[in-house]
Amino acid sequence: MVFLTFVQGGQSLIFQIGKTDLEKTMLVNTLGRKWEFTFTTLVTFGGAFFASFPLFYSTSFGGAYWAWMALLFCFILQAVSYEFRSKKGNLLGTKTFDIFLVINGFGILLVGVVVATFFTGSEFVVNKANLTNTAMPVISTWSNPLHGLEALLCVRNLLLGLAVLFLARILAELYFIQTIVDDNIQARSRKFLLWDTALFLVCFLTFLIWTLVAKGYAVDPDTQVVSLVGAKYLHNLIEMPIVALVFVVGVVSVLTGILWTLIKPTFIQGIWFAGIGSVLTVLALLLLAGWNNTAYYPSTADIQSSLTISNSSSSFFTLKVMSIVSLLIPFVLWYIYKAWKAINGKPIDAAEMNGNDMKY
Amino acid sequence: METLDLSLVDWSRAQFALTAIYHWLFVPLTLGLGVIVSVMETYYYKTGDEEWKRIAKFWMKLFGINFAVGVATGIILEFEFGTNWSNYSWFVGDIFGAPLAIEGIMAFFMESTFIAVMFFGWNKVGKGFHLASTWLTVIGATISALWILVANAWMQFPDGMHFNPDTVRNEMASFWAVLFSPVAMSKFTHTVTSSWIVGSAFVVAISAWFLLKKREQDLAKKSIKIAAVFGLLGTLLAAYTGDSSAYQVAQKQPMKLAAMEGLYKGENKAGLIAVGILNPSKESYDDGVDAFVFNIKVPGMLSLMANRDLNTFVPGVTDLIDGGYPTVSKTGVAGVALSADEKRAKGTLAVEALRDYKLAKTAGNDSLAKVKQAQLEENFPYFGYGYIKDKKELVPNVPLTFYTFHLMVIIGMFLILFFIVTWYMNKKDLMKSQKWMLWISMLTLPLAYICSECGWIVAEVGRQPWVIQDIMPASMAVSHIGAGAVETTFILFAVLFTVLLISEMSIMIKQIKKGPEGLNQ
Repeated sequence: MVFLTFVQGGQSLIFQIGKTDLEKTMLVNTLGRKWEFTFTTLVTFGGAFFASFPLFYSTSFGGAYWAWMALLFCFILQAVSYEFRSKKGNLLGTKTFDIFLVINGFGILLVGVVVATFFTGSEFVVNKANLTNTAMPVISTWSNPLHGLEALLCVRNLLLGLAVLFLARILAELYFIQTIVDDNIQARSRKFLLWDTALFLVCFLTFLIWTLVAKGYAVDPDTQVVSLVGAKYLHNLIEMPIVALVFVVGVVSVLTGILWTLIKPTFIQGIWFAGIGSVLTVLALLLLAGWNNTAYYPSTADIQSSLTISNSSSSFFTLKVMSIVSLLIPFVLWYIYKAWKAINGKPIDAAEMNGNDMKY
Repeated sequence: METLDLSLVDWSRAQFALTAIYHWLFVPLTLGLGVIVSVMETYYYKTGDEEWKRIAKFWMKLFGINFAVGVATGIILEFEFGTNWSNYSWFVGDIFGAPLAIEGIMAFFMESTFIAVMFFGWNKVGKGFHLASTWLTVIGATISALWILVANAWMQFPDGMHFNPDTVRNEMASFWAVLFSPVAMSKFTHTVTSSWIVGSAFVVAISAWFLLKKREQDLAKKSIKIAAVFGLLGTLLAAYTGDSSAYQVAQKQPMKLAAMEGLYKGENKAGLIAVGILNPSKESYDDGVDAFVFNIKVPGMLSLMANRDLNTFVPGVTDLIDGGYPTVSKTGVAGVALSADEKRAKGTLAVEALRDYKLAKTAGNDSLAKVKQAQLEENFPYFGYGYIKDKKELVPNVPLTFYTFHLMVIIGMFLILFFIVTWYMNKKDLMKSQKWMLWISMLTLPLAYICSECGWIVAEVGRQPWVIQDIMPASMAVSHIGAGAVETTFILFAVLFTVLLISEMSIMIKQIKKGPEGLNQ
């Protein structure tokens, strides 16, 4: 899912990199052949969170209602825009559907903001005993009337949101460089790559340093009591050297992909370095947020309501079932690789867009 | 004391129903048309006849237009469990979440990977690879249907789980009991085969339009050849699986069956309503007003369908509320049905036992906790009744359930006849000369959709007030948000889905008018 954020990033660039209708069509088509994957990973993410952390699903989705609804609206627009944009009789016109794609592209900022709340906290209360109150049996309640939109008012959340947006755009630019044979698109992708990298570094490093020195939500392993601890996430990084290593490798890999592409014009594989690097970096960030006796979804309204892996996960039996099912993942990755290879074997060019093949 | 706003429950229901109804406009066509397209491409693969490729590509294009909106509405449904039914998500998420996650891993990845090859791979991969991709796309869609229907069936017949009072949720105890529940199997087979009917009716209707316009006659004839056989197979299998589905309803959700048949007072050798008009003056099960203005029954058939025995008793709404009628358990033990009041008393005992168990645990009184746990386990099968304020809440909307059920059955029977006639006339090359049949073919398409939607309305309206049968009513399952927020998103979704539906239909009509030659416009 992290790797595939290049689809959203690319959508945010449609009007900036694509100046003619043909250029826009090439951009949309190279992204469009992957949009189902972003959807699939999103649905699987939803299902996996539901199956593994039902209390998170219940608390966050039911509480941060407007934040999740905004994100869902963005994704509805994406699903239809690829298929409908160039079709006659599409009611709203190609430009409208392209604008929908751009809206969805910038919607990735919301994902970053939601992830940032894993460090900064949200305003909710969980009381499982409520279930026996037949007049009001709801166990998770959100304390802020904005129901999730308040997360947008927190600067630290916004910084990660912007960092994720710029990273998605970086991945998209590297993906365009790899998959589209067109001089103008190549040149503009490189130009935006430089700018987006600079903005990404500013946002991400500010968020990172701020988070590492800020107070974090520690869990007492014996009593499960949650408390605020200074520089908790920095401690986590130091106390989990493997996570620190994954983080460093991830960041270096992202930077390698970018710099190599910028320095060497013939190098087009930067997407693989930056994509895999992004996955490793986000994995390390998530482990910093939830591992090493840390509450991964902290509550600022009632600190003891904070969600930890142990108090919000599924039963051992269900997790075992999910683990067995997860054995299928290598097989899934194998056929995805084979299909991608078959479809992406030849880069997109103007001739293909003007030909008789199916296109978006 | 804060209480739940009941309009929140209604708006949450309305929003989920709206999304589900829109979603189900697109899914059956994906499932049905997908198989037809795969068969057409198989013909191309085997014969090398370019005409079959052209035909397959034409229907594939329509498949793609339909697919996108199905995906968009589907993702909303998944997340609405969290956004609108958060209490439900915790209470049964340990069981319900697993099929959704497995659906993603096993089905969606397959579908999304191979659909790209199916659309864009014609000139990039070999014929065999492409054909396999087309089949894998529709197999992926069908596997997806399996898992979501397993999840839905579990809500109608909760099995393979136990309640954990410490975590205050239901936890999975047997994955196989969840997967192979008889309700899940009959629901899956009935839903998928009924979707084949929609796909077939779609192909026949559009082919009929081509014949009426005297265009693409070869394409139309070949398409009808496949769709008529597939549609007939679908209708026969749907009738067979529908019977087993009704049997499961009778065994596990007798109130739903009573609503489906408008049966207020139970009968021995109960008859099945063939045609009937409900009495609009009847407002409550106990108002003494006759249920029907008019009806024609097939004697004994309801008993046969419900119990596989013509001479057995089928309880009506009043019997299910008042109890007292004789029952036989799965193990053959005779008993007497509990009344709704008795069930509510047991449900209240279960809820109170859970509360006292938690208090005893907090106070460190393990012996009392043990007593309360035993009391909870004994009464847990009626847990949801503890949240029912008035026993009349236990009766679903009878007119809506009754009429949608009978409409579904009547249209279903018509569809069997329709596909037989279509198959025969196409075989004898009579279709193009019989305009009346071409018009019937086109008018049958909306009927197939109505039939399919009716099935879901019966299944979902008929089980109210339960989200999880007997365990959790809808009023216990909602999120704690303002009714106004849900009302707003309901309106936004309604507008957005409607615009998308109109766009889709407009694109589809343009594409059909262009025919196979206009595939890239």
